[in-house]
Formats: sequence, C-alpha cells, structure tokens
Amino acid sequence: MDIEKYIASGILELYVAGSLSEKESEEVYEVIQTYPELKSEIEAIEGAFIKLAEAVGNQHKKTPFSTIKNSIDSPVIELKPVSKKVNWVGYMGWAASVAFLVGSLWMFNENKQLKEEIRVANIENSNLEDQIAKANESSKKMKELNTVLRAENIESITLTGQAISPNSYAKVYWNKQDNLAYVDVAGLPEPPPGKVYQVWSLTLDPLTPTNMGILENFTNTNNSEAFGITLEPEGGNDTPTLSQLYTLGAVKS
Amino acid sequence: MQLEQLISKFQEKDVRSFEKLYEMYGDSMFGVIYNIVRNKEETEEVLQDVFIKAWNNASTYSAKKGRFFTWLLNIARNSAIDKIRSKNFKQGKQNLDAAFFVDILESYDNLDTKIDVKALKKFVDALKVTCKNLIELLYFKGYTQKEVSEELKMPLGTVKTNNRKCISELRKSVFK
Repeated sequence: MDIEKYIASGILELYVAGSLSEKESEEVYEVIQTYPELKSEIEAIEGAFIKLAEAVGNQHKKTPFSTIKNSIDSPVIELKPVSKKVNWVGYMGWAASVAFLVGSLWMFNENKQLKEEIRVANIENSNLEDQIAKANESSKKMKELNTVLRAENIESITLTGQAISPNSYAKVYWNKQDNLAYVDVAGLPEPPPGKVYQVWSLTLDPLTPTNMGILENFTNTNNSEAFGITLEPEGGNDTPTLSQLYTLGAVKS
Repeated sequence: MQLEQLISKFQEKDVRSFEKLYEMYGDSMFGVIYNIVRNKEETEEVLQDVFIKAWNNASTYSAKKGRFFTWLLNIARNSAIDKIRSKNFKQGKQNLDAAFFVDILESYDNLDTKIDVKALKKFVDALKVTCKNLIELLYFKGYTQKEVSEELKMPLGTVKTNNRKCISELRKSVFK
C-alpha cells in the first residue's frame, strides 16, 4: 500500500471525526497495525481539533474532577475487610442498604422520566384530538357544500375582479326556489384588520344595491340581476363603497 | 504512561486513570458540547453526564472501533443533541445555523490561557466558508461523510479531500 497516498486521501481525518462506518473504522485500525507510523499522523489530526475545541470552550472553567468522582459509584468496591474474620452479616447489611439506596434513586429517576413522558404524551394526545375535531368540522362543511352545489335549481354566478383588485374572483350560488345564496370567496384576498367583505344584490336599471350582509349566511329574497362584493368597515355598511368594489357579476337572464 | 495503558486501566475502573483522561479531554469535550448547547450551566451538566456515561460504559470501548477520543466525542455530541432536543420541546425551535464555533471564537476578545486563541481566531478568520462548514458538521456535529455531502451539495470524495486540506491548515496554525 502507498502509505503517503493513503494519508493524502483524507480518510484519517474522517476516522478521527468518527464519520466513517464501523466497518471502515475497523479497516483503518487494521492498516494502523501494519503501518504504525500512521499513529503520529492521527495524533496530530486529533490534537489539532482538540486545540480548536478547547478554544471554543476556553472562556469557561470546566467542572472539577471531584464533582464527577462523587457521582461515580466506586466506594463499595474500595471497601477492604478490617479483620480476617469476615463479618458477612455486616457486609450483607451494608450491601443491602447501598443496594436499596441505589435502587430507590434509580426508581425515583425512572419515575421522574416516566412522568415527563406521560406529560409529553398528553400534550401530543390533545394536539391530535384537536386535529381530529378540525378535520371532522371541515369534512362536515364540505358535505354541506356538496349538497348545496348538487341541488337541481341552483344558479352559479361568477363575480369577476374589478379595478381595485383585478385578480380577485368570487362565486355566488343562488337557489331561487329556497331564496338562499351561497358565496364562495376563495378568490378574495384576506381582508385587512377592521374590515369585512359585504355582499350586495343589485338590480341594474336603475342601479339599486340591496345589502345582503357581511360574509356568510344569506337569504336572498331579492330579484337580483347582479351580485357584488365590497370591502367595508367592520359591522358592514348601509350603501356599498364603490371604490372598494372587489368583484362583480351579472345573473344570466 | 502510554495512552493505551491509561485507557485499559480506566476500563479496569481505576479512578486515577479516569481523572487523567478527564484532564486530557475534558476541555475539548466542553467546547464540543458548548458549541451545541450554548449555555454554560447546561454544558457543565452534559459534560459531567458524558464522563459518567464513559465510566459506566468503559468496557464497551474497543480500540478496534476507533480512537478513544472519537468514542468520547460521540458520547459528547449525542448527549448534547439529546439535551437541546428536550429543551427545544419546551421552548420551541432553536435555530442551529452552520459554523457556530466560528461565532463563539469571534466573540472572545481578551484571551490569555494555555491556548493561543488569537492565532486560532486568525486561522478561523482566514478559513474558507467551506472549511468552516466542514469542520462544524464533521467534528462538532458528527455528520457522516454522506450526510455532509448532501448538506453541502459536495461530491463524497470532495468532502474527504477538502476536509484534509482544512485540517492541514488548522494543524499549521495550532502547531507552529
């Protein structure tokens, strides 16, 4: 193997970073066994990154080792018998109490984690329930709409965008028999805060607007010849503000 | 003492060897964790956690799998990421922009200590964006070569050779 080429490939840098697969890392390990001179190269790579990482944490002092030492459980192992005669009962007592203590701590911790998990699960649960409720609601609305649109004597009027908003459009579905009108405003921009869209029924000669109301739920007993939608202050207006006429469409006669 | 000996004594639960290893790697692990967690107190918590995990799982380390440093680095990155995951859940998403280690270094102005941070800052300033991202993702974040290649839209082989160039630059500025 050309060891210079191997080094130049950059594989050792990835080896130190831990970005190689387990298999690739083992292969590097095998190569090191054959070419021990690779070790100094690896140590230099490792050392350089260690310096960089130390610099990143540099402004802070790390925890003293004693804190960590206190957290690791070695005192039980370090106990040495004082006399040759081993007091098994005594040790058993200590061992049992240590085991009990460790066990309780562990249980306490486990319990804490489980509680946290339950809390998380509950939140997720209520989020999901919300979503289901919303989905049901929207499905109900879709069904209603479907029934309306499929009725036999429904007339569909397209309102096209006017000067103020040429890209807007809306549709009115008018059931003359039941005096009901449904307005579909999917093609209107979101009204600015404090404003609402208001729907007008119009007769054309002479031009007479009749207020139908602010969006939604209409009964239409008028003899409408056209429909228009204007943007009005919250609460609606008595007469349409024609400069704010968003869409307009005539009923086919 | 040789590093290998130190590690095998550590694996036999020798506390003094453990302490030596902590002195060798504690600061760099602090830096790695801090770069992800970005809060001193939480970094300390995670750091302690990392070394306690290392102690408790010492027997699982094997030289065949990689460097001891790399083994620790993995534990540190994973623990730090776990930490911010649980935190994000409570506080909403944290924006993890690339090459944060650069920002941290740039934020230090008055520097004495054992490392020549000034030189490192200079090095970092001179680094190409590619190098900053490569070092951040490969070393500080623990991305695989493939993940880096996808993230930076760089061919697999180029990740390897570019990273070698970046680390060579780093070595020059660290060991001069």
